[in-house]
Amino acid sequence: MAAPNRSADASRLTVGEPGLLARLRGQSRPRVRPKAVRNAGRSFAMTFVAVVALAAFLSPLLRSATMSLKSPEQIADVNSPLYPASAATLTYEGRDYDVYQVPIAGTTRDLALIKKGRTSSQFADPSDVAAPLITWEGAWRTLQPAYKFDPHPENFSNVWDQIDYPTLLRNTILIALIGTIGTVLSCTLVAYGFARFRFPGRNVLFLLVIATIFLPGAVTIIPTYTIFNKIGWVGTWLPLLVPAFFANAYDVFLLRQYLLTIPREMDEAASIDGAGPFRTLVSVILPQAWPVVIAVAIFHLVYSWNDFFQPLIYLSSTPDLQTVAVGLARFSGARVASDPGLIQAGTLMTLAIPVLLFLVFQRFFVRGIVITGVEK
Amino acid sequence: MTASAVARAAPHRRFGLSRLAWREARWAYVFLAPWIIGFLAFTLIPMIATFIFTLTNINLNQAEPLRFVGLDNYARLLGDQQTWESFTVTLKFAAVALPVAVILPFMVALLLSSRYLRFAGAFRVLFFLPYVVPFVAGVLIWLSMLNGDSGWLNLFLQAIGVSNPPNWLQDPNFVYAGLVLVGIWGIGGGVIVYLAGLKGVPTELYDAARIDGAGWWASLRHVTIPMISPVIFYTLILGIVDLLQYFLVPLVLYQGTGEPGGTTNFLNLYIYKSFFNYQDMSYGATLAWFLFGVTLAITLVLFGTARRWVYYAGER
Repeated sequence: MAAPNRSADASRLTVGEPGLLARLRGQSRPRVRPKAVRNAGRSFAMTFVAVVALAAFLSPLLRSATMSLKSPEQIADVNSPLYPASAATLTYEGRDYDVYQVPIAGTTRDLALIKKGRTSSQFADPSDVAAPLITWEGAWRTLQPAYKFDPHPENFSNVWDQIDYPTLLRNTILIALIGTIGTVLSCTLVAYGFARFRFPGRNVLFLLVIATIFLPGAVTIIPTYTIFNKIGWVGTWLPLLVPAFFANAYDVFLLRQYLLTIPREMDEAASIDGAGPFRTLVSVILPQAWPVVIAVAIFHLVYSWNDFFQPLIYLSSTPDLQTVAVGLARFSGARVASDPGLIQAGTLMTLAIPVLLFLVFQRFFVRGIVITGVEK
Repeated sequence: MTASAVARAAPHRRFGLSRLAWREARWAYVFLAPWIIGFLAFTLIPMIATFIFTLTNINLNQAEPLRFVGLDNYARLLGDQQTWESFTVTLKFAAVALPVAVILPFMVALLLSSRYLRFAGAFRVLFFLPYVVPFVAGVLIWLSMLNGDSGWLNLFLQAIGVSNPPNWLQDPNFVYAGLVLVGIWGIGGGVIVYLAGLKGVPTELYDAARIDGAGWWASLRHVTIPMISPVIFYTLILGIVDLLQYFLVPLVLYQGTGEPGGTTNFLNLYIYKSFFNYQDMSYGATLAWFLFGVTLAITLVLFGTARRWVYYAGER
C-alpha cells in the first residue's frame, strides 16, 4: 500500500532542484522512519512472543535434562537450584563444614561456617584457607546455603545396565528397520496401483483405504490377537512385522497423492519402449518419487520407534524381545518413587534417536505431513 | 461410423471391460494385492468376527458353553452404568481437549507464518520437534513437569503469586487440564498442516481485504478462516477420532485404575480392560462396536455439516 505513494514522491523529486530534494528528503524521513521502526518493533515483539512460547513449550525437556543428571538426594533437597548441584562443603582442619552465601561489604561471598553463634559467626574463606577466620555479625540461620555444580552422568550408564538397554535398542532398531522395508515396499506398490491404473471399483477401494484411518483399533484387536495367539505369534515380533508388509492407509494415501503429481508422459514413453508396469515403477516413477518415499520411511521408523501399545500386548511375556518404549514404561512403573533421575535419563535416551532422525530429515518430514494434510 | 465402432466394441464390453482395460485392471489388482490381502486379514475379517462375538457369550473366565445370545450383549450395554460413565468421561475430556487440539496449532501456525517473525525456519523445526518424542517418554517428562510440589509449572505459578497451585494429575478437578498439557507435544503435525494451509491463501485476498478497510482481526475472520476451513475440518475430524479412542496416557499414568476419582475411566480403557483383564470377549466386542458406531455417527454428522462451512477452492 505504501509503496506506490513513495514512488510517486520519488518521481516528483526528480523534477526538483537539489535544495528541494534535500528538503523533501528531510520531510520524508519522519514518514518512512517510523514505519521501519514500527516494523522492527513488530519483528521484535513477534520474535519475543515466539521465544517465550517456545521456551514454555520445550521447558519440560530442559527439566528432564537437569533431572537426568541429579542424584536422588539432589532431587529430594527442596532448596537446591534447578541445575544439578550439591550443597558446597569445605574441609577445614580435618572436618567438613557447610558453605553459605554471606553478604559482606556490599558483596555476597561463599564462606564456610566454622563457628556458629547466635548473633555473630566465624567463617573461613574456601579460596584462602590459611587466612584468619572472618567474623560476620548476624544470625547464621538466615543465610542461604551455597551450592556447587555436581552432575551425575552415571545415571545414564546405570539405566543402560539396569534395563539391559543394548537389547532393547537392538530389538527396537530391528523391528523399525524391517517394518520400514515392508511398509515402503508394500505402500509403494499399492499407491502405484491407485495412481496409475484404471479399474472397476477404484473409487470404492480408495474410499475404504481412507475409511480405515477412522476405524477404532478396538474393533479388530481381539480376533487379530486371538489368531496371532493360535498360530504362536504372540511373544514374537511377527505381529509387529508382518502387517507392515501389507500396506497401511496413511502411507498409501501419502504416496498416491504424490504419484498423482508426477506427469504421465514418461511412463507412457517407457511403456512404448516395451517396459512393463514393474519396470516403469522402478526406473521411471521411483527416481521421481524418492522425496516422498524417504518421508514414508522416516514416518514409519519414528512410528515404529514410538509405538507402545502393540509391543506391549504382543511382547509382554517376552522381556528379551521388547522395545525401548515398553522397557521404559516397565522401568518407570517400578521406579517412580525411588529414583526420578534414572527415569529421566532413560527417557532422554529413548527420545534421542527419533529426535536426531527428525533433525536430519526434517525437510522430508514436513513435506510428507503437508501432503497428507492439505491435499484433502 | 461412430455407431458402427460402438457396435463393434460392444461384444468385448459385454463381459465388463475391453481386453485392454481388463489387462490394465489385472495389473492394478496385482499392485493392490498387498493392501487387499491386508485389509481382509487385518481389518475386514476381524471386524466381522468382532461383530459375531457381540452376538455370543465368549468369556474366557467362564466355562459356559458357547452359544448365540442374540442382542443380549447390547441390552447389557444399554443398562451398564459403567459404560455410560466411561462414555461421559470420554465426552467430557473431548470437550476440554478438542478446542485445544484444533485452535492451539492454528495459533502457533499463525505466529510462525507471521511476516514479522525472525528465524521462522528455526522456530518451525523447534515447535515441531516434540512431535517425534516417543509417547511414553513424553508422558514421563510431563508427569515430572506437572508434579504438584516440584514440577516447574507449579514452581512458576508460585513465583507469579499463585499460592496454592493444583496437583494437576492427581486432582479430579484439574486432571483433564493436566492431560491436555501431557498431550500438548502432539500439536506439531497440526501446526505444519495449518502452516501449509495458510501459505495457500492467495495474497490478493488479503490485499483486497485491506483496501476494504479490514484490520488484522477482520481479515483473519473473513479471509484466513474461511480459506483454511478444509484444514480446520481435517484437524477437527482427526481430533475427534483420536479423542474418542483416548486411553493410552491414563493407562501409562495410572495403570488403568481410573484415578483420580474415576475421572480417567475412558470408554476405550473399559474396552481394553474387558478384553485383557476381564477376558469378557463378547462384551468387550460389543463395547468396541459401540465405540465404532459413535465414531461413525459423529464423523458422518460432521461431514454432513461440512457443506455449510467448509470452503473448497476447487469446488464449483
